[in-house]
Order: sequence, then C-alpha cells, then structure tokens
Amino acid sequence: MLDTTLKPLLEVRDVCQSYVTGSGDVGALVLDHVSLSLKDGEIVGLLGRSGSGKSSLLRIISGLAKPTDGEVTFRGEVVRGPFEEIAMVFQSAALFPWLSVLANVELGLRAKKVPEREARARAVRAIDLIGLDGFESAFPKELSGGMRQRVGFARALVVNPEILLMDEPFSALDVLTAETLRTDLLDLWIEGRMPIKSILMVTHNIEEAVLMCNRILVLASNPGRISAEIQVNLPHPRNRLASEFRQTVDRIYALMTRRTEPAQPSHDGTFPGLGLGMGLPKVSTNLLAGLIETIAAPPYKGRADMPALAEHYQMEIDDLFPVAETLQLLRFAEIEEGDIKLTAAGLRFVEADVDVRKKLFGDHLRAYVPLAARIRMVLDERPSHVARAARFLEELEDNMSEDYAEQTLKSVIDWGRYGELFAYDETSETFSLENPA
Amino acid sequence: MSSRIVALASIGRKTLPNQFDLIALALIFAGFVALVHGSRGMVVPLQAPQSSVTLDYANLPYYALRTTLRMFAAILCSLVFTFTYATWAAKSRRAERFLIPILDVLQSVPILGFLSFTVTFFLGLFPGSTFGAECAAIFAIFTSQAWNMAFSFYQSLRNVPHELNEVANSLLLSPWQRFWQLETPYAMPGLIWNTMMSMSGGWFFVVASEAISVGNTTVNLPGIGSYLALAIDHKRIDAVFAAILTMLIVIIAYDQLLFRPLVTFSSRFRVELSAGELEQRSWVIQLFRRTYLLRAIVAVPTRLFQSMALWRLELPFHAEFSTEANRWKERIFDFLWIGTGLVAAALAIGLVYRYVSANLTFSEFALTVWLTFLTMLRVIALIVLASLVWVPIGVLIGLNARLAETIQPLAQFLAAFPANVLFPIAVVMILRFSLNPDIWLSFLIIFGTQWYILFNVVGGASAFPNDLREVAASFRIRGLDWWLEVILPGIFPYYVTGALTASGGSWNAAIVAEYVKWGNDTVKAHGIGAYIATATAAGDYPKIVLGVAVMSVFVILFNRLLWRPLSRLGERRLRLD
Repeated sequence: MLDTTLKPLLEVRDVCQSYVTGSGDVGALVLDHVSLSLKDGEIVGLLGRSGSGKSSLLRIISGLAKPTDGEVTFRGEVVRGPFEEIAMVFQSAALFPWLSVLANVELGLRAKKVPEREARARAVRAIDLIGLDGFESAFPKELSGGMRQRVGFARALVVNPEILLMDEPFSALDVLTAETLRTDLLDLWIEGRMPIKSILMVTHNIEEAVLMCNRILVLASNPGRISAEIQVNLPHPRNRLASEFRQTVDRIYALMTRRTEPAQPSHDGTFPGLGLGMGLPKVSTNLLAGLIETIAAPPYKGRADMPALAEHYQMEIDDLFPVAETLQLLRFAEIEEGDIKLTAAGLRFVEADVDVRKKLFGDHLRAYVPLAARIRMVLDERPSHVARAARFLEELEDNMSEDYAEQTLKSVIDWGRYGELFAYDETSETFSLENPA
Repeated sequence: MSSRIVALASIGRKTLPNQFDLIALALIFAGFVALVHGSRGMVVPLQAPQSSVTLDYANLPYYALRTTLRMFAAILCSLVFTFTYATWAAKSRRAERFLIPILDVLQSVPILGFLSFTVTFFLGLFPGSTFGAECAAIFAIFTSQAWNMAFSFYQSLRNVPHELNEVANSLLLSPWQRFWQLETPYAMPGLIWNTMMSMSGGWFFVVASEAISVGNTTVNLPGIGSYLALAIDHKRIDAVFAAILTMLIVIIAYDQLLFRPLVTFSSRFRVELSAGELEQRSWVIQLFRRTYLLRAIVAVPTRLFQSMALWRLELPFHAEFSTEANRWKERIFDFLWIGTGLVAAALAIGLVYRYVSANLTFSEFALTVWLTFLTMLRVIALIVLASLVWVPIGVLIGLNARLAETIQPLAQFLAAFPANVLFPIAVVMILRFSLNPDIWLSFLIIFGTQWYILFNVVGGASAFPNDLREVAASFRIRGLDWWLEVILPGIFPYYVTGALTASGGSWNAAIVAEYVKWGNDTVKAHGIGAYIATATAAGDYPKIVLGVAVMSVFVILFNRLLWRPLSRLGERRLRLD
C-alpha cells in the first residue's frame, strides 16, 4: 500500500524538446528541462498558454514524439514509443469518419488481435459507460461535437489503460456541452467506474483545471518550463462560486501574468525571445483596439482584473492573454499580478481619431517589434523600396517552426498595414512603401 | 535544404521546371528509346495476329464487351500501380524525390504518340499472339489513366490529418493496418473521383488503340475501335453510326452502373461534408440497399476484406526514433541517392541525344518545333473559343439549381464519350465541302474535351454564394460589370480546373485529330499531331521520338507557365470559402 502511493506511476525527467527546422537542423527550445511525476489516483492538469509546449509534452509522455533530451519512464521502464497502458483523448475527438461509433471504439482492440466477440463486448460496455447507448451504429458526422468527444473517451477507455492523457478535450465544445462532459467524467472518476489509475490533462482553461485537478502544473512559455505547482485540495463536487475556488483561480491568474524577470542576455548579446526570434501571436488590430477601449471605459477605467474581464467577455485565456500581451509588447498596457493597466500611450490611443491612432500604432510597432522595424529599415534602405517576403520568412524560420514563422509574418503584415508602416502585395509576396492610391 | 525542393511552402514557391523535371524527362525518354532498341532487335518483321473483325451489326455487342473488358483490365492495372507507386512515393522521402517529378512529366507526355512503341514492344514480347496486341492496347489505356490516380492518392497520403495519424499511432496500428484503416479510406473520395475521370478519358484511348498500323504491321483487336477503323476503310457511314450508337449505350451503362454508384459510395469517406455540395444519388445504390440477396453476396468479400485490413503483417525489426548517428547515415545515403539519379539522367540524355542525332538533322528538329507551335496555337485558339461559348452558358445553367442538377451529369457523360468515334463524320463533311483542314480539323481537338469546361463552370456557378448574388443585385451591378466583377472571379478556380483538363486532353487528341482518314482519302492539318501520326504510319521511330519529345516539352512548359500560375492565383485570391 505504502509502496504504490510513494512510487510514481509515470515520471518525466529533464525533458527538453527543440524545433526541428525544415532542413533538419535543431532550432529553438520548446520545452526546457521539464520534470514531473504522476501518481496513482490523481488528476493532474498541465496549464499553459499556446506556445508553452504543453501539447508537445503530452505527446512525449504518450510516446508519440521523442524528446530531444531527457526521458519518460512508466513504472520504471523508459518509454520508447506508444504503449498499451496509456490512452489519449484528442482535442478534436479525431474519429475515423468512415467507421461507425462501434467500429471506432473497437478499432484499437481489433488492431491488437483481441478476438472479435470479446472486442465487441468490451466496446459495447465502454459505449454504455460513457453514455452513448443507442448510438453504436451512427457515423461521426451524424453526431454533435459533444457526442463525438464521448466516442473519443470510449475509444480511449476500451483498451483499459492505466493512464488517460487528455489534450484539451473540452476546448472545441460549447460552454454547456463542455460542462456536462466534465461533470460526467468526474462522476465516473470519483465513483471509480473507470479502470484508469491516473489522468493527465492539458488545458488552457484555468477554471477547468481548478474544477477537475488534484494538482496543477503551470507551464511558462518560450521555452516551456514548469513555473509553478498548485495543489487543489477542495472536495468534489467543487463549487465554482465558492470563495476558496475563486481564490485559487485568482492565484493562478496572478501566477500566469506575473511579469517575467528580465531575460538573461545570451552569448551573442541578443535577448532570447526578442529580436527576430520573437514570435508574434495572431491578434487582429480590431481586437487590440477593442480591448484598449474596453479597459478604458467604465467599469474598469484604465485598470482591469483579468479573471473578471475574461468572465465578462467569455474569453478563455488563449483568447485574452495574446491580446493583452500584444498590448504589453506595444507598450499600450502593462500586466501585473492578474491586472491589466493602460499606459499613457494606451490612454492617448483611446482619445485619438482613426488617423492619429494609426500613426501612434505604427510608431509603437516600429519601436517595439524588431521584425517590423527591420522590414521598414530594409525598405527604406533600398532605392526601389521593395522587398520579398520570403527573405524575412527564411530569417524567422531559423528561429522558430515553419508554421509559427508564417503566422508571425502574417501578424506583422496585418499590424504593419494598420499602422501604415509598409504595404504588402499578396500576389507578388513583396513588401513596399507605396500604398495603393 | 534539399527537402525544401519538394516541400511546397506557400510563400516563395517556384513554378518553372526544376532540375528534377529535367532528370525525369530524360529518364522517361531514354526508357522509350531503349524500348524501341530492344524490341526492334527481337523480331524485325513484326508478326501481327490475324484478326477477324467484320462490319456485321450482330457482332457489335461482343465488340462492345471486349472494349469494356480492355478498359477494366487497364483500370485494374492503374489501381495496382497507384497503390504501389504512390504509396512508395509517399512513404519514402528518397523515392519521392524522383517518383513525383517523373509522374508529373508522364502526366504531360502525350502518350498516344507512343502507341507505336508499345505496340512494337508487346508484339515482340509475344510474337504472333493476340495477347501481345491486347497488352499493348491495355498498356495504352493504362498510360492514359494511371498518372492522375497515383497523384491523387499520393497527395491524400501526404495530407492525412495530423490528429488521425496520432490516433493510429496511439492505437498501435501496424503499418499495414494504418494503410487500410486510415490512409486508404482517407484517400478514397479523391481516388474514386480520379478513377472515374480516368475511365472517362480512357474510352478515347481504347478506341484509338484497338486498330493501329505501324509501318507495315496492322493490328486489329476485336472491339468498337477496330470496327470503326474498318468502317472508315470501307467508307461505310451506316457502320460508323452503328458504332456511335453502341458506344453511346456503353457509356450510359458505365455512367449509371458504375460512375454514379461509386461517387455516391465515396461520399461516406469524406472527412467533412460541405454544405454546398449536392448529395449525389444513384438508383443502383438505392436498389442495392433494398435487396437482401445482393447484400448477402457482397457481405462475404466485404468480411474477407475487413479481416485482411486487420492483419498486422509487421516487419521483424522495429522502427525506432532516429538518433544522431542515424541522421548522418541518412545524409550520406541521400547524397549517394541523388548522385545516382544525376548520373542516370546524364546517361539518359546522352542516349536520347545519340539516338535522335544519329538519325535526324537539326532542320528536322526546327520543323518539329514549328509544327508544335502551330498545334499549340490551335489548342489555345480552341480553348479560348470553347470558353467563350461554354462559360456564359455554364454560368446561366449553374445559377439555376434545378437546371444544373440535370445538365451537370449530362456534361460529365459527354466528357466520357470518346470523340474520336465521331471523327469520320467530320472527315466526310470536310471532304464533301472541300473545307480547309487546318481550320476545320482543329475543332476535333476540342470536341471531346470542351465538356470539362462546361461541367466545371456549372459546378462553380452553382457553388457561388447566394449572399454575393444578392449583394450584386442590391447594388444594381449588371451587364458587363456583373460578368467581370462578380461571376467570372467567382467561378475562376473552377474554370481553371476545367480548362486545364480540357487543354491536356486536347494535346493528346491532336495526335489523332490532325491526321484522319476516310477510306483512301487522308485529311491532314499542319501540326505536330499530323507529324507524329505520319511518322507512325511510316514506322519511322526516330521521328516519333523527336516529335513526342518536343511536344512533351511544350506541354510541360505550357502547364507550368500558364495553368499552374493561373490555378495558384485562383486558389489564393479567388476562393470563396
């Protein structure tokens, strides 16, 4: 008894992961010496923003991906690939559309050569357990998102795994469906009707983590590392409105928005995460302006509590944080201990009319986003005032994955157009200084 | 760096032919030259099997059956080819580097021009037996079908959604199981659609390849194509009409019994069901779903297939994560692999050059370039003409939902009908009214392929969002403005797809359409098609190689410099979803 409680089921030791660029070279770090353990009988949440490498970490734990460095052990044995004792639930359910519900659930068993009759019986039991009775012969496209995700759960549970990994399993669902599914899953867990020993879930929803987990690991971004561990000892069922619950949520917000210590200059004198290595989130200029105006207006009057803001506008942290942080990056706002406060420039932005806003935005963009400054500089230097986008993309790809580089370039194009810092022609994929008349 | 060549990043992509296209082109033509060399050595006066095709109407059903069987044999070969070649290309990064450019070039080579080689080769392989001739015909049809099927399959394999791949990994599916449970079903809609398109195009080739004369050798396989050729020789217009009628019936049967049921069936494999698309219906499927007997009969092979798809068939060694040492080994292998490819290409270019230059002069080369240019003008002119006619008609049809629903299948059906069956009628007219063949033969080039423009435009117009139509109406955008600013940009991607297919088919059709016969009368236009056809009739192999090679280069450049940029423009700027 003592043995099982002390010895972790699964252990992650000093795992590092780097981007591998298109040419096969090792690029920037995604995960930086992450260590964690999973014990019998607990639900652990990995809470982080997009770009914190939480999904990468989950894939390493499940054996779907290999870490650049470090190792994962399950019951003392090193994980070298996907293995039977772990099952995974995916964000989009990821069902095979050409298979019926029953066939989807059975597939994992049939692939392992479990006899047909036994596979059928176990699949039917799993489908019953998860509340999908009567939908056995339906095809995924006939089901709602919530029903599909239930099939995803049944498919994971049917193989009798010891650990269930969940990759943002509720994030693609609407609020009500997600809540039902969470409660149903928690009920099964608390009543011990699932054969699993432990659950590890990735989420970017703070309330969801506090609602479900015994322990929450907060991942910081760029590169991903565990920045805090929070024990949640509230008894189930947890009440979202209880003051202890709210306090925990507030504490996590504060932790996640805590201003990062000044970055250490790296050996070549540049700051990691700054310069051209800085990835830019996909945030539209409308959202930026909208958030500035919202914070400026009553009831916030220039300073807003982020949990309250998120709740009021039904924004999850992955909606809110990128916008807030872009405002911080452009020095229109400051984030501190879960509060966001407009700077003098932010307040000026609110008062200004469209042309002045654009000018202000363009100036800040040029001053604080090195990529934008660099594009403008190249354009200014050239007699033709024209530059190909591909060259900037290639520079970005030296520092980040191809997808992220492309997104960063798209963001800078969008912001640069709004700030009238440069023009971009989509057909020829070139930047220029001329705005179409 | 090297993997970037194949990877298509959305920014900074190049369309000009690259070094791999050249390697592919050289390898393919060297293969043809080697084929001619080899087979000529085997049997010099070719023994063509005796045939017994007669113009008796009663034989037509039997001929139709033989033609159809040939068609199915070819589609089977194409499927086998698709499953092996495309899978290999998708699974091996190294193989992909050569296989895909080769496929791309093969797609553009007007295969009909090589009919003479393949006939020579297969007849040499099975001297005096009909089997050789059958193989040659089937091979000719195969070459018209396989490439786009393989391409579609390859692209589907490369685009399997990431999460589904991860599910397959986490469910511990073996590579065999993954292939049948995930990859093949995912590729199904694209593969079925391309197979159907290939079969539609294939009828043209089956007709062209059944009766063929190379030098003094004449091959006549029992089939509609041979029947038609015989009718032409004997100047029997009634027999021509009988052949047309038979073909019509065959195509209707093919359309109703195979095409529609399969398209309906494939919708089940679609990952997302987009609302714009019409739900396909087929009475054959309806009938099938209602019968118990048929379903019971089909259940047996279905079960067999299902259990086969669950075999594990694992290789004895286990693929592990790649390590640093492996990565170095891989790079060395890559280097050797590309090196081998380059050496092979150099040898191939040498071989082609030696073969052609030993037999031909530079002025012959200049002549072929000029003739290809003429044919290109013809293709361009006719695509423009067909567009001027069919785009407005297609738009009007497409905007009327009910009309579109009836016309679209009809256009697809017409695209399947082999236009070469109708050629004799055109020849008779040209002879009768002594028309200029350079102008009037040109229409035959587009005759069978114009329907691709029509049904794609109809498809585009019916998918045009209603909101945008209402916007145009409320701002009173009418007349020329409406065409130029509203509907033409709206259907552009669809139009490009249709015109691209039509132009590809037209190049191929040029080979048979620029040189046509009626009994002893020959009508000839100036163009590379007539050049190749004349060389074929004379059995002049170097000229055929030269003619087809020059034509292929033109087609490849035409596709890369015109159609690809256009279709990219359509994809990026004018897509409505």
